[in-house]
Amino acid sequence: MSNKINAQKKRSASRRIANVVVLVLSSIALIAVVAPSIWIVFQILHKALPHFTFSVLTKTGAGLDGGLKNEIVGTAVISIGVVLLAGTVGILSGIFLAQYAKGRFASFLRAASDILAGIPSIVLGYVGYSALVVGFHWGFSLGAGVITLSVLVTPYIAKTTEVALRQVPINYIEGAEALGFKPTRVLSRISLKTALPGITTGLIVAMAISVGETAPLLYTAGYSQNLPKLTLTHSPLGYLTYAVWTFYNQPTKTALQLSYDAALIIMVLILLLIGVSRVIVAQTQRHAETRR
Amino acid sequence: MSIVETSADDAKNDAEGRFHPHLLGRRTPIAIISGLATTVPAIAVIAVLLVLLSKALPAIKYNGVHFLTSTAWNPGNFYANPIVTNGVEHPILAKYGVWPLLAGTLESSIIALIFALPLSIGAAFIVAKKLPPRLRSIAGTFLELLAGIPSVIFGLWGALTLGPILSKHIYPFFAHHAPNIIFFRLFRGNTGNGEGLLTSALVLGIMVVPIIASTTRDLISAVPRLTEEGAAALGFTEWEITRKVTFPWISAGVIGATVLGFARALGETMAVAMVSGAVLGTIPHTVYSTYSTIAAAIVTQLDSALTDATGLAVETLAEAALILMAVTLLANVAARYLVKRVSSTSLPIGKGL
Repeated sequence: MSNKINAQKKRSASRRIANVVVLVLSSIALIAVVAPSIWIVFQILHKALPHFTFSVLTKTGAGLDGGLKNEIVGTAVISIGVVLLAGTVGILSGIFLAQYAKGRFASFLRAASDILAGIPSIVLGYVGYSALVVGFHWGFSLGAGVITLSVLVTPYIAKTTEVALRQVPINYIEGAEALGFKPTRVLSRISLKTALPGITTGLIVAMAISVGETAPLLYTAGYSQNLPKLTLTHSPLGYLTYAVWTFYNQPTKTALQLSYDAALIIMVLILLLIGVSRVIVAQTQRHAETRR
Repeated sequence: MSIVETSADDAKNDAEGRFHPHLLGRRTPIAIISGLATTVPAIAVIAVLLVLLSKALPAIKYNGVHFLTSTAWNPGNFYANPIVTNGVEHPILAKYGVWPLLAGTLESSIIALIFALPLSIGAAFIVAKKLPPRLRSIAGTFLELLAGIPSVIFGLWGALTLGPILSKHIYPFFAHHAPNIIFFRLFRGNTGNGEGLLTSALVLGIMVVPIIASTTRDLISAVPRLTEEGAAALGFTEWEITRKVTFPWISAGVIGATVLGFARALGETMAVAMVSGAVLGTIPHTVYSTYSTIAAAIVTQLDSALTDATGLAVETLAEAALILMAVTLLANVAARYLVKRVSSTSLPIGKGL
């Protein structure tokens, strides 16, 4: 009899031990998941900051030396182009998916968008190269780079816009209709206005991707040491990720420094964008009438 | 960037088929214009497939079925006069095989999942079940940050920081102490400079964690309270509740997210190109061997492929891209289909948003 009780006690002890072991292992897993992002950020700070000079921001590239001004301006121009192009297409398709589309056709379009986001970026880069750079004879250019990147980020914007529009409280819309608003006016004045924070977050995601992507740009935007000219075709331009990728394994110290400097600028931009989107989300949650 | 939290709501609305019926002015200009814009992704997917297919056609004809099994990667002699085989002009002695690249792609992605899956599930479990809301949101921010770090920066870190540390301090230990028997034999041998299969798979694993972890976290949070409380009332420990109630409930979703992460790892380009050693034509024989994947090969080889006047080198890359695309498409569609059928939480898209 007492043997049986002992066995039961042992079993419950082993159950408790198993529980603790799993909790400890899971906590280690969480630390292992969080640690690399901190490590990467600090590593870049550690490598870039000690030798950072502000002339990097003001000089254009010169071989393995010089500065990153051309890349910074290039990344800015490309990101703005992508936000304009993919933003227009993405927001419009988000509106359609949230407000008009239904049934099979809608789920087909939605699936196409999800799948597009899953296509490897280098495949898009290759297609952009052979269709736009070679096929249309645009050469390495802003136009080819922006279109290729826009294809990549449109699904993100469409998705966030759709989700944001779906979360607009139905009361707002019915209220506006009761006041005699026409459908288009309800959309522009009520739905889009309420969904604006969500849509903006989507655009910020698109911007962060534009700043960080490399593979779709290497063979579409090309590279140039000069400041980008504002022509859409036949004029290659530099961008920050190019500097990271090209300079990191060159034999000179200045090149490696440029690589880390570019990585630093990219990380600062991305942290800023994440911060802004956090603030927007926090603001909307504070102003939200109900917890959704 | 915090779309992650909303995907559950989104799917719920989807399931209810809720849309704003008041706005169904289907003939208004905005409906028509936005409808046209919505077809862009579908057109883009089809265009990508068509461009790849048309570009790859000569290579498919020339390389034949052996392309899938051959280990050669020899662009041929660009300086001799090109010759014509099977109606395709090509440099003399050109011979291509995608097998090492395909094997490298699959191996690195599978090893990446072996790292990423337990880490993601463990982390998601702690975040969803144990952390107070404030810490939960901080952990969420770190997942976002991890998803937001560009591939090329993972590559920089993997090639110049992680790789050297592993090859200096960690790998030699395994290399010396691994027994010379099946499987463990793979850990013996020259550890190199840190660029190779294991290092790049580790980096890939870290990169796909946000996709799996954020989905798993959302799935765990969406499990009905009552079922878990019932188990707790029966005297289950937390781990038993998780194992017997929560995991069965969410397993299909986790599998879907894992397949999605797999697809992501298959197509990852820059990080692998920088950490793999980017060596063509060899199949890794230890976990430290340098190798390459299809995606990395395209980005590292396209430049030199352009010097092939017959165009075969570029077309061969298109053929490789087509294979990569087919595999990732399959994984994506399978994951989404699976999750849509059995779960109310929709999968994240792309980098895990």
